[in-house]
Amino acid sequence: MARKKSEITPEIVAEHGLSESEYDIILDRLGREPNINELGIFSVMWSEHCSYKSSRRHLGKFLTTGDRVIQGPGENAGVIDIDDGDAIIFKMESHNHPSYIEPYQGAATGVGGIMRDVFTMGARPIALLNALRFGEPTHPKTRSLVSGVVAGIGGYGNCVGVPTVGGETNFHKGYNGNILVNAMCVGLARADNVFYSAAKGVGNPIFYVGSKTGRDGIHGATMASAEFDDDSDEKRPTVQVGDPFTEKLLIEACLELMATDAIIAIQDMGAAGLTSSSIEMADKGGVGIELNLDHVPQREPNMTAYEMMLSESQERMLMVIQPGKEQLAFDVFEKWELDVAKIGITTDTGRLVLKHKKKKVCDIPISPLADDAPNYDRPHVKTKKRPVIMASDVHETQDYDDALLRIMRSPNIASKRWIWEQYDRHVMSDTVDSSQSGGDAAIVRIHGSNKAVAITTDCTPRYVEADPYEGGKQCVAETWRNLTCVGADPIAITDCLNFGNPERPEIMGQLVGAIDGMNEACHAFDYPVVSGNVSLYNETNGKAIPPTPAVGGVGLIPDLSKFSTLNGAKSGDTLILIGETTGWLGCSVYLAEILSREDGAPPPVDLSAEKLNGDYVRKLIRSRRVTAVHDLSDGGLAVTACEMAFTSGQGMTLSAPANGPRHGWLFGEDQARYLLSVDANSVNPILATAKAKGIVAQVVGTVGGDRLTANGAFDLPISEIREANEGWLPALMSGDT
Amino acid sequence: MQTAVIRFPASNCDRDALVALEKVTGRKPLVIWHRETELPAGVGFVVLPGGFSYGDYLRSGAIASRSPIVQDIKAKSERGLAVAGFCNGFQVLTEAGMLPGALMRNKNLKFVCRPERLVVANANTRFTSKYEAKSEVVFPVAHHDGSYYADKETIGRVEKEGRVVFRYTDNPNGSVNDIAGIVNEGGNVFGMMPHPERAIDPLHGGTDGLGLFKSILETL
Repeated sequence: MARKKSEITPEIVAEHGLSESEYDIILDRLGREPNINELGIFSVMWSEHCSYKSSRRHLGKFLTTGDRVIQGPGENAGVIDIDDGDAIIFKMESHNHPSYIEPYQGAATGVGGIMRDVFTMGARPIALLNALRFGEPTHPKTRSLVSGVVAGIGGYGNCVGVPTVGGETNFHKGYNGNILVNAMCVGLARADNVFYSAAKGVGNPIFYVGSKTGRDGIHGATMASAEFDDDSDEKRPTVQVGDPFTEKLLIEACLELMATDAIIAIQDMGAAGLTSSSIEMADKGGVGIELNLDHVPQREPNMTAYEMMLSESQERMLMVIQPGKEQLAFDVFEKWELDVAKIGITTDTGRLVLKHKKKKVCDIPISPLADDAPNYDRPHVKTKKRPVIMASDVHETQDYDDALLRIMRSPNIASKRWIWEQYDRHVMSDTVDSSQSGGDAAIVRIHGSNKAVAITTDCTPRYVEADPYEGGKQCVAETWRNLTCVGADPIAITDCLNFGNPERPEIMGQLVGAIDGMNEACHAFDYPVVSGNVSLYNETNGKAIPPTPAVGGVGLIPDLSKFSTLNGAKSGDTLILIGETTGWLGCSVYLAEILSREDGAPPPVDLSAEKLNGDYVRKLIRSRRVTAVHDLSDGGLAVTACEMAFTSGQGMTLSAPANGPRHGWLFGEDQARYLLSVDANSVNPILATAKAKGIVAQVVGTVGGDRLTANGAFDLPISEIREANEGWLPALMSGDT
Repeated sequence: MQTAVIRFPASNCDRDALVALEKVTGRKPLVIWHRETELPAGVGFVVLPGGFSYGDYLRSGAIASRSPIVQDIKAKSERGLAVAGFCNGFQVLTEAGMLPGALMRNKNLKFVCRPERLVVANANTRFTSKYEAKSEVVFPVAHHDGSYYADKETIGRVEKEGRVVFRYTDNPNGSVNDIAGIVNEGGNVFGMMPHPERAIDPLHGGTDGLGLFKSILETL
């Protein structure tokens, strides 16, 4: 215990990332000065990363309930009901700061961490996705970051044997100093066998299982709650090192033990390791916990209590075991050759008591650590609205062939094959469709059944930057649209809110605006948020990233004989465009790539039109009236048509208006739109029904041949467009550009 | 026919293999844990599945090749037991000396996962009799260490004896002579880097892999 007043100096408090006023609260709650172990525990529990102190009050606004929601936010991951007693457990999480400092291990442990969140709850992981943002391609660090992050994601997921089925990758100079690595995991469980983290009972044994505790990752959560500066590389020791082999053993062992009745509660050791796992379990269960740190499996000698409690060594779990079932637990973990130890018991004191080398090294009440954590109402200002740019105000290219090729090989449109070919997309033998098709959502069959989940991740940061509210709506709407495109019923989302420093009112304004916009879309679609994470302080030298609320959506395809992808357009098909086209070029890819401008208001999202149009498209898919479907997003109709042409191997003839500027028609990014390829005989009934429902629908072209043409605007062989689209990333990564 | 799949701690295509075998035989295969020392009596065909066996530390498949169960499989294969290794299983078979050569890191040093078009180089083996000679099939590949290598003399012998069973049409990993799969001298041990067990379902990778399982099971 603290021996004298001088042990905790103001410098030590500041080094722990605690403000003076936060330290005063600790003094008040304890009624004395903390010792260094206790200070360390408070500091990680009250870090932004663990306490959500800047975002908590705003996250509380989200729609989090619904008919299919079994568990919303607050547990390791969200849980939804997909019928027949099956449940899907999923979450997305950021690993931004570590991935910038040490790309391979940062990304790998991001994948490992999100998988643990999912199998902790009793689910077998069945799919991984990721949302990646890198700096501009020409930035000196970009290539090594891309190659390290991609190798790390693949190295971990491929070894564990969970398919990486989808994701997105953007490049923008706004991420030069702070890349974003968001990983999502989806798992399958039985709805009546979901595991939670609330400890129960008194005197029940607490088991530690998994890798030994080392000195890696100490203060990782605190690092992830601060800005970077020029010396960020020095933070490398705070990045953890992953071992996918141990993770694989841990998955199998946990699932094996979960099939018995031995586990009362279970929690993975993620950020803030043993500290946050033990405190969360105790707090949720309203019990106390006493640990003897001498029993913690240790990788190196002479570790202090402080180091053990703050270590973020990977692949570790904490569980409360049913008394009398200890031997069963030992047997299972020893079968899988994992370290396992009984390190403590539950108590009725409501306190966290730690013993080390026969001394009491920590004795603090648990409730202030969790419940009384700071909860700030940080000042926030609304982002100033930008003017709407009319298509007629935007210069029309005189060379559409060149414009199309430039857009198709631009960093954010170009094929990401170089990336996803490094991920095992097929392992487990249930991947029906993946990023391999370039499709809208991945489709993963529920093993042994005729149903599937559809999964997607989306975000358009430039829209959010221009208008956080509209942009927030758009992120949610785009996932809903992408799930709809494969014929799924969208069910729920997870999110990863990546922003800058919340202590700046304009950044806080982006966060609040985006949350409000997202929430409006969630309500419009009855599409709740069931899990998520917030990553703030994504800044370097005071420059923040573009606001990036990445959204992961999950939907259900009840019958795998009725789904759709962007593959399947047949020669002779007619192309129908669903949704209204105004030629919106503000914030568009056309504006950025052809005119080097990033200004203007983003396209507004009419949520009732989204719902109406999407529900109609899903119905057409379910009645097998369409041969292929693709939504319109970045780059508008022209890019959508190209992508559909690549997959089907068919050419397309678009009937662009003969008069007036065609750039808005071809490249505008109006929302709520879908391109359908349909048999010529189905055209009239589809248009007639649309009209009756008040849905804008029009014929915009035909399928066939081997060229993409648009009424004289452009006329190019599909092979040439494909070459431009496929060639960019390999050339960048081999250093040829 | 009773079949079996060996499960190493980090096997991860064991389920894929189990599903494929059950689909073809109509009977659940046995799952054999890596610490077992002997195959149960009556097993006629063993699959060493893909994955990372013991984390693929040291070299891919190296530690697994020394496991007790692999010693028993090796001894029985010398008396005619039919054995197939896919991906990591192929690596284990070469490390155990049951097939010649070695699987080295892919030429471009990156993991590669994609559907791969293969040509049936020899349709006259126990593993390929259901395919037309020189026909093409599509199996997915997913590996980091798939570049097949052996010294010139060994390659010459394997080629001369018609033991190259599948070749890549668009070599994804730098394998010598585009070799994707080979058999041993006795024709009863087969290994390949691509995954035929992931090509048994029209919704997932096509059905070209079924022929391989049907071929070998018919001979038992």
